[in-house]
Amino acid sequence: MQAMESDWSSRVYQLIKEQNITTVATVPDAGLTRLLDMCRADSDISLVTLSTEEEGIGIAYGAWLGGARALLCMQSSGTGNCINALALPAYHETPCLMLVTMRGQQGEGNPAQFPMGRGVTPVFQAMGVSCLEARTADEVSDYFEKACNSAFGEGRSVAVLIGQQVIGAKAFTK
Amino acid sequence: MSGNNNLLDRRKVLAQVLGERRDALVVAALGTTNYDLFAVSDAPENVYLWNAMGITVPIGLGLAIAQPGRRVLVITGDGDMLMGIGSLATIAVQAPANLGILVLDNECFEETGGQTGLTAGGVDIAGIAKAAGFADTMTLCGEAAIGALPEFVLKKRGPVLAVVKVGLATQKPVYPSMDGPLLARRFRKSVAGQ
Repeated sequence: MQAMESDWSSRVYQLIKEQNITTVATVPDAGLTRLLDMCRADSDISLVTLSTEEEGIGIAYGAWLGGARALLCMQSSGTGNCINALALPAYHETPCLMLVTMRGQQGEGNPAQFPMGRGVTPVFQAMGVSCLEARTADEVSDYFEKACNSAFGEGRSVAVLIGQQVIGAKAFTK
Repeated sequence: MSGNNNLLDRRKVLAQVLGERRDALVVAALGTTNYDLFAVSDAPENVYLWNAMGITVPIGLGLAIAQPGRRVLVITGDGDMLMGIGSLATIAVQAPANLGILVLDNECFEETGGQTGLTAGGVDIAGIAKAAGFADTMTLCGEAAIGALPEFVLKKRGPVLAVVKVGLATQKPVYPSMDGPLLARRFRKSVAGQ
């Protein structure tokens, strides 16, 4: 599991570079740690730690207006915080690229995660966000590249959801 | 309202500040602030907002990072600022030197009928920004100190935040375009040539 996790993080980081994404905004999640560490170590990327995820939707709009590209990385719980903010890129038909690590799926040890986990795709779809759900490590980078092209090429809101089976479930041990 | 007789006219405040904007990029929150920006200083380098209350200031941050050579001024109200108050922490840590925030504080939700806002109860937005780690902050009541405002929000090393206590709008609203894609394209073409 660890080797697979490392692979998708490196590949997504490469795509961030290829796509000239220079701002990465995040409320972190365990599964995003390696990718975010690579972004933090890159002096050409501004890594912005957010107080709440919807700030990242605004940052992505501001970046686009300024001629740059941004990515918002978050845990599935944070998608619910973004709902009203998603009206911004939808109304302006500007790119909004998101990478979401899922909770409340396969192997989830915390039942409190199930409601928002189930809600991610319906909520996103209701706000006009295209969802690409990766169930293997290879799919993460494949879908991320598609998402970049759709977001930046067509001015769309697109989320790549990384299934819990890719990341592994958080252990709740005493 | 606070009963303060020194409340400033919001359009006069904006006219004074934006008269000195030169090449600054200006982001205005939805509602009265949006209309006032259009009335006072319409330009392609204005970000007019019609939705997404609470994330005006993060839009300014994204823009300030993308355009480090340009001054970015975010004009917002007390309601929009408080809805996204955590963004002051985000900005303080990023510390963009080119970002200024001007909060027109009317202590109410003017756009929806003037219902009492939280700053009427004493919430100190500049104090919150200062505690978060902003480079400098100020709160202005009355004409006396207004002369220092343009330089503070447009030139002083950021991130800076000024709160100005203002009265209710005294003039009719005038509206910028409601064509969302056009507003975004026009700004981006003007600023980034894309």
